[in-house]
Amino acid sequence: MVDNNKFIVSHATFWHDGSRISTRNYNIALAALPAILLGIICYGMSAVGVVSLSISSAIIWEFIFCRITKRSLTIGDGNAAVIGMLFGMLLPATAPWWLVILGTFVAVVIGKQIYGGIGAYPFNPVVVAMAIVMISWKDIFDFNEALMNYDFDFAMVYPLAALKHFGVSAVDSFSLGDLLMGKQSGGIGSTFGVGLIAGGIYLIIRGIIRWEIALSFLAGVFITALIFNMSDSGRYAGPVVHLFAGYTLIGAFFLATEDSSSPVNFIPILIYGAGTGLLTVLIRNIGVYVDGVIFAILIMNLVNPLLDKIKPKAIGKVA
Amino acid sequence: MIKRSFIGLLKPRLEYGSLEETPSLKQIPIPKEITLLSNCPFDKKNLLLKKKATVKTGQKLLLYKESDEYVVSSVTGQVSSTSSYTGDFGRSYTAITIEVADDEEVDDEFKDISKDASLETIKNFLAFSPGNPLGNPPVKLFVDKDKSISTIVVCCADSDLLITTNRHVVKSDIDAVKEGISILKAATGVNDVVMIASHGQMHELSAIGEKVSQVNDTYPSALPHLIMKDILSKVVPAGKNPEDIGVGFISAEAVASIGKAFSNGQIPLTKILTLVKKDGSKSLVSARIGTPANDIFNAFNITLNEDDRIIFGGPMTGSSVYSENHPVQPDTDAIIIQDRDDIPVISDYPCTNCGDCLRVCPVNIQVGMLVRLLEGGHYEEAADQYDLYSCIECGLCSYVCVSGMPIFQYIRSAKYELGRANTAEATNNG
Repeated sequence: MVDNNKFIVSHATFWHDGSRISTRNYNIALAALPAILLGIICYGMSAVGVVSLSISSAIIWEFIFCRITKRSLTIGDGNAAVIGMLFGMLLPATAPWWLVILGTFVAVVIGKQIYGGIGAYPFNPVVVAMAIVMISWKDIFDFNEALMNYDFDFAMVYPLAALKHFGVSAVDSFSLGDLLMGKQSGGIGSTFGVGLIAGGIYLIIRGIIRWEIALSFLAGVFITALIFNMSDSGRYAGPVVHLFAGYTLIGAFFLATEDSSSPVNFIPILIYGAGTGLLTVLIRNIGVYVDGVIFAILIMNLVNPLLDKIKPKAIGKVA
Repeated sequence: MIKRSFIGLLKPRLEYGSLEETPSLKQIPIPKEITLLSNCPFDKKNLLLKKKATVKTGQKLLLYKESDEYVVSSVTGQVSSTSSYTGDFGRSYTAITIEVADDEEVDDEFKDISKDASLETIKNFLAFSPGNPLGNPPVKLFVDKDKSISTIVVCCADSDLLITTNRHVVKSDIDAVKEGISILKAATGVNDVVMIASHGQMHELSAIGEKVSQVNDTYPSALPHLIMKDILSKVVPAGKNPEDIGVGFISAEAVASIGKAFSNGQIPLTKILTLVKKDGSKSLVSARIGTPANDIFNAFNITLNEDDRIIFGGPMTGSSVYSENHPVQPDTDAIIIQDRDDIPVISDYPCTNCGDCLRVCPVNIQVGMLVRLLEGGHYEEAADQYDLYSCIECGLCSYVCVSGMPIFQYIRSAKYELGRANTAEATNNG
């Protein structure tokens, strides 16, 4: 009874559906492309520069960190690239090079790797990096000033800043169509509403993001903004502006839906999404910051493990 | 292998294939040598069977003194070796290898007894017949005083994917199934019999005259725990089996074995199994119990290469073996060969909390949290807080895992380790 062949002896299950982390990340990158393309059309080569630098520096930080800590190299899974890509999308086209490199350092090394890498971080790394650079270099994120030198055929105004400083009348000039087609100032990849929505729908259909998060987030923004607007329409803008200006759409489809910092059960997802939407509008309307998406996501990331304690009862569980 | 669909929003649909896809039955000739496995740990000193002992076809072979464990020889010949075989989780088996003689001689001990179709006879002669899993054959459940079985579920559907054994038995030999049920009812005194039909079997089975219920045609709805929940409306408490709450599961093949045994006066010795080749094509095979897999491969001109995988059982719940001489056992419903290039990679990537596993879990376990605890070896906590024992072992979590984690194996080894710790504790206290 001599066997010539050695066989693979592993355990059930012997089938796998073929899904991979790398496939997921490449699909996220693909879904983000339309929004970036419009940013590039609007802002030209400087936008290309910011996004490219952001992606490449994120990958390089991950590479360096894996080497220093002697972990297996994980850049191939696309996660660092997606972090860099999303970070670049949030920045204005005029962001200086050192800010991009610093931001991706915060995202990849501080936000992701020191917690243990993919799957282990409590906060979305992109959002952590964004929060830090936004607070530290406020002027760079004053989109109106930053993008002053661009000449467009549309009102080059950052709607949320206009709203904050000049009141509702300042945003009256924005039509829904303008907002959706990216005729507003903002981050490179965060103004093209139609592109972001299309990317989001693609990810939902592919089962890569949870539709419940995106939808409950948008519903949270809509309802909260509507309540504010109804209580005093002279002071608070209507829900449309809140839905399609600032980081709302990119937040709903690309940031809040990040796997490891968001809940997985149905009811927690609804609370998480709606809570993020509510906080976003609260910060915008009565907080000191112009946009609230970044901080709202951070706060909800914090309560995510607690929310996920609301879980369905396992079948067969005794008592 | 069924892959994830482009529209990943939908849950994966793993359908039990239809019987029509499988071509007709191929008989494997009696091999030169067979091996019978019993789940008794090997103990050379007390083994009753000695080398060179002659055995006849259908002869019951008691293995050890003061134990009623037995195997049934499926051929006539001489015992050529006795050895230990180590299976999954280090379990020890006794392996009896028999060299086949030229002339077949049928043992007639059972023929005389078969006039009395009592539960004792069934237990003493038919626990090794086709369709009975090693270790806990259903025929032994019915005599177990601790489990008062009040319902018998005859499973005519096949529980894992690609397997067609039960459906073939029902299609080809419905009379034996019918006969087996009436013998079983008379012997056990249990009148509540429920037959579980798969898609397309309702018509054939309703002719038998027992209660028939149909299971859904997607995996894992034909697993016993889900049949209990969905069809019998009885939820099996975590960590228990259906027999603990009075329901005995028996496969259609095992029932047909009982029927055939008493009508022919011979213990059935051929096992029906599905052979799945590397290209995914299926063949139905009939082979004597104990036939080495190699003989089946030869009959189909299959050559195996280094690093291929041989799976005994279904793709979701089977187990892989390390030798191409591994014998067909009474419960080997399928032999699947996977090419080295088709073997999915198991990775050491961590969980990314995508949640696919808990959405696919049929019993609502928080798989993501559970697997984090299991990775760290916190088995007790996993059992107390994250429903380790609710798991019905369908394997879907491993199937969908984006990170490619061996979740199912984590769960099984945790149960095994906890079981071992509890046994050790009980021994120490006793």
